[in-house]
Amino acid sequence: MSTDLGRAAQRSRTVELGMPTVAADPHGHLRGIESFPAAAHKALADTQLRRNLGHATRTIRAKRAAVVSEVDDWEELRRAGESIKADTMARLPELLLQLEEQVTARGGTVHWARDAEEANRIVVDLVRGTGADEVVKVKSMATQETGLNEALEAAGVAAFETDLAELIVQLSHDRPSHFLVPAIHRNRAEIREIFLREMPDVDPALTDEPRRLAMAARAHLRRKFLTARVGISGVNFAVAETGTLSVVESEGNGRMCLTLPDTLITVMGVEKVVPTWRDLEVFLQLLPRSSTGERMNPYTSTWTGVTPGDGPQTFHLVLLDNGRSNVLASPDGRQALHCIRCSACLNVCPVYERTGGHAYGSIYPGPIGAVLSPQLTGISGPDDVNASLPYASSLCGACFDACPVRIDIPHLLVQQRAAAVAAHTRPTGQDLTMQAAAIAMTTPARFKLAEKALGIGRVLAGRKGRITGLPWPMSGWTNARDLPAPPAETFRQWWSRTHGEDA
Amino acid sequence: MSARDSGDAAERSSTREIVLARLRTARDAGNPATPVVVTREFATTGRLAPGSAAVLERLDETLTDYRATVYRVGSEAGVADAVAGVLAQAGSIVVPPGLPGEWLTGYRGDVRRDGPPLSVDELDAVDAVVTGAAVAIADTGTFVLSSAASDQGRRAITLVPDHHVCVIHAADVVCSVPEAIARLDPSSPLTFVSGPSATSDIELDRVEGVHGPRRLDVVLVGP
Ligand code: SF4
Repeated sequence: MSTDLGRAAQRSRTVELGMPTVAADPHGHLRGIESFPAAAHKALADTQLRRNLGHATRTIRAKRAAVVSEVDDWEELRRAGESIKADTMARLPELLLQLEEQVTARGGTVHWARDAEEANRIVVDLVRGTGADEVVKVKSMATQETGLNEALEAAGVAAFETDLAELIVQLSHDRPSHFLVPAIHRNRAEIREIFLREMPDVDPALTDEPRRLAMAARAHLRRKFLTARVGISGVNFAVAETGTLSVVESEGNGRMCLTLPDTLITVMGVEKVVPTWRDLEVFLQLLPRSSTGERMNPYTSTWTGVTPGDGPQTFHLVLLDNGRSNVLASPDGRQALHCIRCSACLNVCPVYERTGGHAYGSIYPGPIGAVLSPQLTGISGPDDVNASLPYASSLCGACFDACPVRIDIPHLLVQQRAAAVAAHTRPTGQDLTMQAAAIAMTTPARFKLAEKALGIGRVLAGRKGRITGLPWPMSGWTNARDLPAPPAETFRQWWSRTHGEDA
Repeated sequence: MSARDSGDAAERSSTREIVLARLRTARDAGNPATPVVVTREFATTGRLAPGSAAVLERLDETLTDYRATVYRVGSEAGVADAVAGVLAQAGSIVVPPGLPGEWLTGYRGDVRRDGPPLSVDELDAVDAVVTGAAVAIADTGTFVLSSAASDQGRRAITLVPDHHVCVIHAADVVCSVPEAIARLDPSSPLTFVSGPSATSDIELDRVEGVHGPRRLDVVLVGP
């Protein structure tokens, strides 16, 4: 059947319709309005933000390290996760067809969407078809990416975010800044203020004790859950073999959205498919320990199509491309599609910890966002803000070590820098600087040469020890940040001096 | 079928073909020269034998660690007393259609069987729910409810009431996640439960008690 379809597609359409495409603006929330250096400069000035992020990421790093160390075969699990995802990408169209067949056989309806706008239109029409004017939502990156809430609002449908952090973001008219905890940039005192201001029925004596804040959210959403007619969710893993979908969560808001409404609409990026049920034995070990630093998250729900007498009796699954085909076409770059959105790479990233998620513009922040967003959107030219994202890293490698599916993010960052440079017709200062750095980093001998050249930096820095402005082409870099003066001696220089051999 | 419906259907199928064609082109362009080999070198059997005293001990620890309260009973005969004990304050409970009646012989309150199904408001009005479990995982402090099992029931009954009492038998306790996945049939809805409802959304600290049951008691039957 699949070959017939392929042939039909070739017959009936011009070639470019079948070409992998990027997510064109204004399709969704994959681009910010200013470049990373400009946005980061502002974020760095916000000391409250830096304190909140520093505290939260320190907490989660310690928890993750503790539960990962309990697992003797963690490295084997990572390798399994990596290979299952690579295998999935190599068979993606066939696996999606299998998923569609299974979901349909079990009473669900499958829709395909080329881009964010199309996905939103499908969902809006489905909601309208039910006659409902409100929906309850469980946190989903896919619908954040498409900007579904805005589309629903424009159609007169109120969308209620039910995840605590997502609720905080929605009530404060803010944007998410982290996969797992979209309100990671808010501390408890700020959350209390938001609740007091925005929840009409809240107890004015609310304190900033986390338990009390959680109770306030429970009271606020309880009636909504019990009366909701339409639920909207994303997916963590979709099993092609059985048509089974899964949502991994903590609070029970996901269970509410998946169980109580009459109609469930689920939106998933095409890369979320996995071949077999058995594959969950790997991902249900990797994901909770990497994301919340728990042995297991409180609730994971799985469902297959429609089950008579249990849960929604109408089920729609929307499969979203929105630039993923562009990422898939790159032999290395497609690794970015392996991401299971655990956010471990965000939590260990020294750049993310200081700038927060908003500086990345796209709803996918941090190291993975820096390589995924520019691939999803493509780089339109020198002024494309996403071209600056691959520079949002010191290439320290912590993200690779933390990644449960071993995505080689540092490699992708360097590769995306090259792509960003290639997109420019006339090179900018930043390009040349980065190109030089990228070339320098390719071989040890060149790196050594570059390090010798760093001595010049010390002269430029002078007594203050900070380089605040460099002559062109380096000025593209220092416009947005002060550089610490290079060390008097690099590690290699020190090694060869003290060990008397050529490093 | 109206003209509009058939137009929609045609548009839907052409979108599908376009997305699939794009993905095929992209897949072919990006595929590695040699086929991907999936490696599964991790442990598929646990450190502790299923059903053993050691695996129950570990389950007790991990459940407790995530704020479930565990009551150990040596045999099936002890279940009724344990259930009655944890439900001392509960005026009414809901149970799935096939829950063994013997588990409730010590309970004095109002028992509502979920068959025919109770409404959401009725579920909201009961104080607690009692169920069995399909399998439990000692490594992670998890039990799994299967909607196909008559002593576990449809998903809503373990979600809306604020207090969940789950009876787990030694025979259903495994050590690791792979062992549990191998025992489960995903064709009916499953819920993996690890502790009471919780959130890590405020400064990444785990706080118990949000939308799901805020109190979770486990009666663990076995050595
Ligand atoms: S790239 Fe890896 S570490 Fe980062 S969110 Fe994705 S899976 Fe997690």
